[in-house]
Amino acid sequence: MSDAPLLDVRGLGISFLIGGGSVHATQDVSFAVQPGERVGIVGESGCGKTITGLSLLGLLPAATTRVVGQAMFEGENLVGLPLSRMRHVRGRKISMIFQEPMSALDPVFTIGQQIGETIRTHFKVDKKQARERAIEALASVGIPSPARVHDSYPHQLSGGMRQRAMIAIALVCEPRLLIADEPTTALDVTIQAQIIDLLLDLSARQGTALLFITHDLGVIAETCTRMITMYAGQVVEDAPVDSALVRPRHPYTSGLLRSLPRLSARGAMLPSIAGRVPTLRDMPTGCRFAERCAHRQEACAAPQAIEQEGAHQVRCWRQGELVLPGALTDREAAA
Amino acid sequence: MTAPIVSVDELRIRFPTQDRRETVKAVDGVSFDVMPGETFGIIGESGSGKSTLGRAVVCLLKPTEGQVRLGGIDPYSLPSAELRRRRRAFQIIFQDPNAALNPRMSVIDSIREPLDIIGEGSRDSRTRIAREMLERVGLRPEFGQRYPHELSGGQKQRINIARVLTVRPSVIVCDEVVAALDVSIRADILNLFAELQREFGLTYLFITHDLGVVSHVSSRIAVMYLGKFMEMGPADEIAERPLHPYTQALLSAEPIPLPSSMRATRRIILQGEIPSPTNPPSGCRFRTRCPHAQAVCASEMPAWREAAPGRFVACHFAGEATGHPIDPTTTQEATA
Ligand SMILES: Nc1ncnc2c1ncn2[C@@H]1O[C@H](COP(=O)(O)OP(=O)(O)OP(=O)(O)O)[C@@H](O)[C@H]1O
Ligand SMILES: Nc1ncnc2c1ncn2[C@@H]1O[C@H](COP(=O)(O)OP(=O)(O)OP(=O)(O)O)[C@@H](O)[C@H]1O
Ligand code: SF4
Ligand code: SF4
Ligand SMILES: [Mg+2]
Ligand SMILES: [Mg+2]
Repeated sequence: MSDAPLLDVRGLGISFLIGGGSVHATQDVSFAVQPGERVGIVGESGCGKTITGLSLLGLLPAATTRVVGQAMFEGENLVGLPLSRMRHVRGRKISMIFQEPMSALDPVFTIGQQIGETIRTHFKVDKKQARERAIEALASVGIPSPARVHDSYPHQLSGGMRQRAMIAIALVCEPRLLIADEPTTALDVTIQAQIIDLLLDLSARQGTALLFITHDLGVIAETCTRMITMYAGQVVEDAPVDSALVRPRHPYTSGLLRSLPRLSARGAMLPSIAGRVPTLRDMPTGCRFAERCAHRQEACAAPQAIEQEGAHQVRCWRQGELVLPGALTDREAAA
Repeated sequence: MTAPIVSVDELRIRFPTQDRRETVKAVDGVSFDVMPGETFGIIGESGSGKSTLGRAVVCLLKPTEGQVRLGGIDPYSLPSAELRRRRRAFQIIFQDPNAALNPRMSVIDSIREPLDIIGEGSRDSRTRIAREMLERVGLRPEFGQRYPHELSGGQKQRINIARVLTVRPSVIVCDEVVAALDVSIRADILNLFAELQREFGLTYLFITHDLGVVSHVSSRIAVMYLGKFMEMGPADEIAERPLHPYTQALLSAEPIPLPSSMRATRRIILQGEIPSPTNPPSGCRFRTRCPHAQAVCASEMPAWREAAPGRFVACHFAGEATGHPIDPTTTQEATA
């Protein structure tokens, strides 16, 4: 019982109706998050990270979306959970920090009204207490003059301040799971460090689990213990962070890490993964990365299942055979 | 000696607060020049005024005080028709990818829109240019028929980039444009920016929180804190020998994608309240969080001075505090 995961996602697949047809945006996404665990999700832009997070809270447009598979959370399947039940989960047990704070905040209400609303949905407090608690929450994410910000409208705040306001809203009910979608990209690194400390502290103190979606591999390295790599709607690798950074097992993970500016000279062309992700309509049945992979073999054209290799789970025909470079410079790797 | 293409002189921009009793000094006396073909990086605190500065450079905000000259001309001295014509050459890619996208417009229409407004060439030729740009930012043609709500964050950001590139501006303010992109696509976009710069002599003002990115692409960097520049100079020198304690704190806080056993724990944690831009601290505005602050820092505002050739800084103890004492001879050698 004690090692039952807090969140157990199995075979999650999301498809959209667009232009008269339906496209599978994600397929066979499986992963688990233990209570208090900090898991990072990285991957190519458009591979399905955000929609995976949104689907867990039932926030995708119902009319054009179909979700299959299951996501067990505290004994309930979040997929297809009735709205009346979902209301108790959203904001209280699972909260999400959205990628685009400006779109997630309502432009016609002040920041204070929006935090107050969350507080009063889940707790019995009066207006005055709600205000105090909201200002406290704003101060805890490092917002200067929290009272001014409390009474401001979103457009009057800088990008980073909106982001912190969103984080304050997400944390105010002390959730069991926090899905943070690019929570710190709009922040300078000193504030980012402060927010990361806040999240780590929260996770240590209250056992809040984190699902951290970001393109910032440095943030993943410093915040998470596990890293899930997604490509074209699938999980291609799931591994302990330190191991994934040093010796990734999937060619896409390796290609991503090799594109980091820290590995090239200032001003030089940056290496990147040649080619482009296949379109959702023309997804190959075999390895989805094959078209761009330097290690491709004939057998890669067959469907690839995700399999265990040591501490890594990898979706690659040649797993166990390839030795791929990670985020280390040659000098660091030699040391 | 070429003339600067952007010249910012003692720029100040203020906003009233919601209750109108105070003013936010978003940009509070900033001066710098950007040369044609240069990439000028701006880093700094969240809320320090970077986006406000960027918007002022492309005439989306009028200076409260001071001046921005574009190609040597104060745009606000021009008749409005002339101003509109010239503004085309000065574009901004916004931090919020939704800001410039009309939710009811398809992607291809959005990319073509700026060209439609200018009205150059036939509709077909404009569509062709838009399609090419879609391709160059790494999106397949099928994306042209989509709408913004059907796109991921990074896909939207690339549409914004394509939109601005179609009009072939001479200056682009890039406000956090690559943060939403994965590292491989980010590399492609940065390479594309560099390619266009070589091809057309484009000038960039590059606002970002990503120190790895800014020091890779910029020739010079300015560090902003609470409406003012703290330090400005060549990118490599700022990254390797910061003179201002705030710059040093920023550099030390950069998260490094290395396993825990290989990361040095040399982070400088800034203590103290982040001051409010309505009422910045007396003297040096970084003093409430500066680990090296002395009495003089509260009583006297440090002057903005050229501490070594090309290296500007505002700190009473510049270099000394950061362990990189200013030695004009070595600095000169490094710049040469
Ligand atoms: N409502 C929708 N209708 C149709 N397609 C959609 C919709 N929402 C997202 N998509 C598509 O689904 C895919 C996954 O989108 P998602 O936003 O999850 O990407 P992401 O991994 O978060 O990318 P990024 O890193 O750029 O934010 C993308 O190709 C996107 O275009
Ligand atoms: N329209 C406005 N009305 C009132 N205050 C504003 C307005 N726009 C910006 N501000 C304030 O001006 C200051 C500077 O904002 P700006 O957006 O320029 O910061 P920034 O450096 O871009 O920050 P970030 O890195 O978080 O994007 C902030 O305190 C912000 O709240
Ligand atoms: S399955 Fe084959 S093509 Fe796909 S990543 Fe592995 S080696 Fe490359
Ligand atoms: S002037 Fe004083 S307070 Fe300001 S940065 Fe320098 S040492 Fe710190
Ligand atoms: Mg996303
Ligand atoms: Mg900004």
